[in-house]
Amino acid sequence: MANFFDNKARAAAVAATNGASSSKSAAPKESQNLQPWVEKYRPKSLNDVTAQDHTITVLQRTLQASNLPHMLFYGPPGTGKTSTILALAKELYGPEMFRTRVLELNASDERGISIVREKVKDFARMQLSNPPPHYKDRYPCPPYKIIILDEADSMTQDAQSALRRTMETYSKITRFCLICNYVTRIIDPLASRCSKFRFKMLDQGNAKKRLEDIAENENVKLEDGAVDKLIKCSEGDLRKAITFLQSAARLVGAVKTSHSRSNGNSKKRVLEDEDDEDEDAMEVDGVDESMVTIKNIEEIAGVIPNDVIDGLIQAMQPRSKGAVYEAVAKQVTDLVADGWSATQVVAQLYQNVLYDDALSNKQKNKIVMQFSDVDKRLVDGADEHLTVLDLALQVSGVLAET
Amino acid sequence: MALLVDKYRPRSLEALTYHEDLSERLKSLAKSGDFPHLLVYGPSGAGKKTRIVATLRELYGPGVEKIKIDSRVFQTTSNRKLEFNIVASVYHLEITPSDVGNFDRVVIQDLLKEVAQTQQVDQSARQRFKVVVINEADHLTRDAQAALRRTMEKYSPNMRLILLANSTANIIAPIRSRTLLVRVAAPTESDICKVLEKVGAQEGWAEAEGLNRRIAKDSARNLRRALLMFEAVHAQNEKVTDKTPVPPPDWEALVAQIADEIMAEHTPARLLQVRAKLYDLLSHCIPPTTVLKTLTFKLIPKIDDALKADVIKWSAFYEHRIRMGSKHIFHLEAFVAKFMRILESYLMGMDF
Ligand SMILES: Nc1ncnc2c1ncn2[C@@H]1O[C@H](COP(=O)(O)OP(=O)(O)OP(=O)(O)O)[C@@H](O)[C@H]1O
Ligand SMILES: Nc1ncnc2c1ncn2[C@@H]1O[C@H](COP(=O)(O)OP(=O)(O)OP(=O)(O)O)[C@@H](O)[C@H]1O
Ligand SMILES: [Mg+2]
Ligand SMILES: [Mg+2]
Repeated sequence: MANFFDNKARAAAVAATNGASSSKSAAPKESQNLQPWVEKYRPKSLNDVTAQDHTITVLQRTLQASNLPHMLFYGPPGTGKTSTILALAKELYGPEMFRTRVLELNASDERGISIVREKVKDFARMQLSNPPPHYKDRYPCPPYKIIILDEADSMTQDAQSALRRTMETYSKITRFCLICNYVTRIIDPLASRCSKFRFKMLDQGNAKKRLEDIAENENVKLEDGAVDKLIKCSEGDLRKAITFLQSAARLVGAVKTSHSRSNGNSKKRVLEDEDDEDEDAMEVDGVDESMVTIKNIEEIAGVIPNDVIDGLIQAMQPRSKGAVYEAVAKQVTDLVADGWSATQVVAQLYQNVLYDDALSNKQKNKIVMQFSDVDKRLVDGADEHLTVLDLALQVSGVLAET
Repeated sequence: MALLVDKYRPRSLEALTYHEDLSERLKSLAKSGDFPHLLVYGPSGAGKKTRIVATLRELYGPGVEKIKIDSRVFQTTSNRKLEFNIVASVYHLEITPSDVGNFDRVVIQDLLKEVAQTQQVDQSARQRFKVVVINEADHLTRDAQAALRRTMEKYSPNMRLILLANSTANIIAPIRSRTLLVRVAAPTESDICKVLEKVGAQEGWAEAEGLNRRIAKDSARNLRRALLMFEAVHAQNEKVTDKTPVPPPDWEALVAQIADEIMAEHTPARLLQVRAKLYDLLSHCIPPTTVLKTLTFKLIPKIDDALKADVIKWSAFYEHRIRMGSKHIFHLEAFVAKFMRILESYLMGMDF
C-alpha cells in the first residue's frame, strides 16, 4: 500500500499511525517472511550443514554406498543434529517417499515402552512402497526405512532397553538414528549398536561464514567485529547466534522507525518489506543507523555490561567488614532487581576474579570451590539473591586473606 | 471494586511506563511478522505479564483482550484425569502447566500439538501464528521442557511461545537456544514513584511525595507490592501526609517479631516458641524461602559486622536445603538454631 502514496503522504502516514494500520497488518503475509530465521535457514541438504565437516564427509560417503548403519548423533544444542538427519533422509528418499520411509519421534511424543514398541512395529511392518518410475535416478531410495528418535536423552532407561530388541527384530528393514545432547544418557547396549557422530560446537570460521551469508541475504549491515561478538555470545550454538542476529536486526529497525517518526522527511525502513524502495531512506545526517553494532548484540545476548560487574568486584575488595557487607549487599540487590540471570553473573564474575594474577594459588583453589558449590545450588533452583550474595561475600573473604 | 493493580494496568505498548527501549524493541518484533519465541524473565512485580499482554495487543489488536476460561480434562498414561484451566482469546492462549505439577508434560504434549495443528480461526487475523503464553515456565519439569523442543521448531509457522519466568536458571539449554531472551528489570524507585504519582492523580488523591518515596523503597522495586501498599495506605487513612506510616503486611510484622525474639534470647525454649510462629507463617502459605530471606535480612542489621557473611552463608545453605528437602519447617528451624549458636559463641568470645 505504501507505494500508492507520494513521499510526503507516506511520511505523514507513518507519523500518524506508526504502523498500526499500515499494509503490513492488513492480512497475513507470505510464509517465507513469517518464519523465524532459524527455520528459514535450516540446512536443506547435507552440503548446507556448516562446521561439521568430518561428520558430513562420512555421511556423504554412506549416502553414496546407500548403506546406512544405525547412528547416534550427539552434541550441544543448535549444532545441526536434527537438521542433518532430516537433510540426509531427504537426500535418500526425496519428497515423495519421505513420508512413508521416515518416522520421526521426539520428546513431544509419548515414548513409554509400549508406545515406542507399537509405533516402531507398525511403521516397520508397513510394506515398502515402490518409488515412481525414474524417481530412483534422482534419489537412491535404499530398501529400508529410517526411524529417527530425536531428543533421545529424555527417554527412560526402560524404554531404551526395550528398544534394543526392537532394533534387532527389524534390523533388515529399518535403520535407527538416535539423537541426544549427552551421549552418557543413552544406555550402553544401545549406544554400542550405533555408529557415533559427534557434533561440535561451532567454531569461529565456519559459523562466521554462515552468519554473514544470512546477514547479506536479509540485508542486515553489521559493524566490524559484530559477527565475532555474535559467535562469542552464543557459545558455539548457531541457532542462538541466528536468533540474536534476527532480533538485533529488528532492534535496529526499531531505532530507525522511532527516528523517522520524529523526523518527518526520512521514511521508515522495514528490512524485509520490498514495497519500500529505499534509495533515499538510508541517509540520515550521514549516519547509518541501520547497522547492527557490537553493543546491540551484547544487549540482546544478556551480557552484563563491564561496569556493572566491575562495580560488584570493587565492592568485594578488602576493607573493614561492615563496609564490605553494605557495599556488596547493595550491588547484589541491584543486580537481582535488574533481572540479570544469576548464572550469567556467576559466569562473568568467574572470568574476572579467577584471571586476576595478584591471587595466590591457595586463594584460587578456595574460590574455585565456592563457584562449584554455587553452580550446583543454582541448578537445584536455590534462591538467586541469597546464593549470589553468599558467593560474593565468601569470595570477598578469600580476597582479604594474605 | 477493582484493585489499583488491575485498574491501572497499562494495556498497550505505548501506554507502558519505564523501559521505553524495551517497549520499542517489542513493538518492532511484533511488527516484523517473523516474531520469535520469547523467554521473558525478571523479578516478580517487574511488569513482565503486563508487557506481554501489551505485545499481544500489538500483534493482534484489541481482540486479544476478549478472553474466556476453558476447563479441559487431560488423561495421563496411567489413566489419571487432570483438570486444567486455559485462558484463551481467538488468537492466543495462556496456560500455567505447573498447576498440574509433575503431569505438566502430558498437558504440553497434547495441548500444544493440538493448537499447532489447527489454523487461526479468524481468517483476517493479522498473524498466521497463534501465541501460547506459558506462565511460571521456570517451574516446568525437565520432561515438559524437553517436550517443547521439536514442537517449537516443527510448528513454528502456526505457533509461537512466550515463556514467562522469574529466572532462567531452571530452563534447559535447548529451550534457551530456541528462544529470544528478554530481560525485564524491576522498575527503579523513581520509576515507581512516577507510577504512584500518576495513579494517585487519577484517583484524585492528594499527593505526598515523601510517602511515595518511602513506599517505593519498602517495595524493594516490586511495582505490584508498591501499588498494593499505596492503595492500603490511602484506604486506611482519611488524609495522608509524608509522615503517614506504611504498615507492613501482617506476615512481615510477624517475621520482624520473630527476629526480635531471636535476638533477645538464645535458648531451646525460645527456639520452641519461634517454631510455633514459623509454623503459623507456613500454614498461611507464605513460601518458606520468603520467610527465610525476610528473617535473614531483618536479623542482619541487628548483628555485628563480623558475623554478617557467616549468617548469609548459613541462610543460603538452608535455603538450598528447603528447595531440595520436603519438610520446610526443619530447615527454617535449623537456620534459627544455627543463628543462635553463631551469636552465642560470638558473645562469649569463642571461636565458632
Ligand atoms: N551445522 C549447522 N549448519 C547450518 N545451520 C545450523 C547448523 N547448526 C545449527 N544450525 C541452525 O540452527 C538451527 C537449529 O539446528 P538443529 O535443529 O539442527 O540443532 P540441533 O543440533 O538438533 O539442536 P538441539 O540439540 O537443540 O535439538 C537450524 O535451523 C539452523 O538454522
Ligand atoms: N509499565 C508499567 N507501567 C505502569 N504500571 C505497570 C507497568 N507494568 C506493570 N505495571 C503494574 O504492576 C503490576 C505488576 O505487573 P505484572 O503482573 O506484569 O508483573 P510480573 O512481572 O508478571 O510479576 P510476577 O513475576 O510476580 O508474575 C501490574 O498489575 C500493573 O498494575
Ligand atoms: Mg534437534
Ligand atoms: Mg506475572
